[in-house]
Amino acid sequence: MVTTIFFILFAALAIAGALGTVLSRNPIYSALSLILTMAMLAVFYIMLNAPFIAMVQLAVYAGAIMVLFIFVIMLLGAERLAGLTGGSRWQLYLALLLAGLLFVLFGTALVGEGTGLGSVAAVIEAGPAAVGLRLFEAFVLPFEVTSVLLLVAMVGVLVLRSKEQKKGE
Amino acid sequence: MSDLITIEWYLALSALLFTIGATGVLVRRNALIIFMSIELMLNAANLAFVALARQMGDLDGQIFVFFVMTVAAAEVAVGLALIVTIFRTRSSINIDEINMMKG
Repeated sequence: MVTTIFFILFAALAIAGALGTVLSRNPIYSALSLILTMAMLAVFYIMLNAPFIAMVQLAVYAGAIMVLFIFVIMLLGAERLAGLTGGSRWQLYLALLLAGLLFVLFGTALVGEGTGLGSVAAVIEAGPAAVGLRLFEAFVLPFEVTSVLLLVAMVGVLVLRSKEQKKGE
Repeated sequence: MSDLITIEWYLALSALLFTIGATGVLVRRNALIIFMSIELMLNAANLAFVALARQMGDLDGQIFVFFVMTVAAAEVAVGLALIVTIFRTRSSINIDEINMMKG
């Protein structure tokens, strides 16, 4: 019973945050709403026996990534960019129709014939130690490739910015 | 755990969040908000991963979420640098006005 109440409460907050992200006129409000949604998802991760992922969600997503977003929004000047909803009316209706179809598609996958998931497995040990062991036993190569990916991203950003600064001089 | 909340509820929430994010990408014209909607869709997919990892009693779903987060971090760094560069050259991030491949 308590789980149900908490789920509904946090799900409502997560959906409110998502709607705020999409509907806000000001990008700053969008970013703050998205942080709300991400924090609520961290709560769900804890409810789903994934404490490590929950903490990484808070530190990496709600912390690092969204701070980067807010930094860029403020760098560009949010007020000047406000109110860029637009396009013509029929585009909006078409987009809503397509989104509705997408949701119906997801819904039929969930409800139609049942998900065939069966019963829930027993709670397993999923603390940081267990996740770390699994990561370094079975996923060492992907983990190392990830470091290359991050390095490439970093170099890419530096190249983008330095080229532009040279042009600006 | 008196569980009236089954995994289907989490999957339904994930589907709803993904749909809201997709709508944002289709409707909005501000590149920053479109980018945030993409992040929302990634988060919705992550929720489905974790919910199914719980269902199956398998850690690999959580490991995959970890990799998705890493890719998202790299994507945000490069994407925001692109947006800043576009804004510097065209003084706009309205995607309807960004229609040329050359600077």
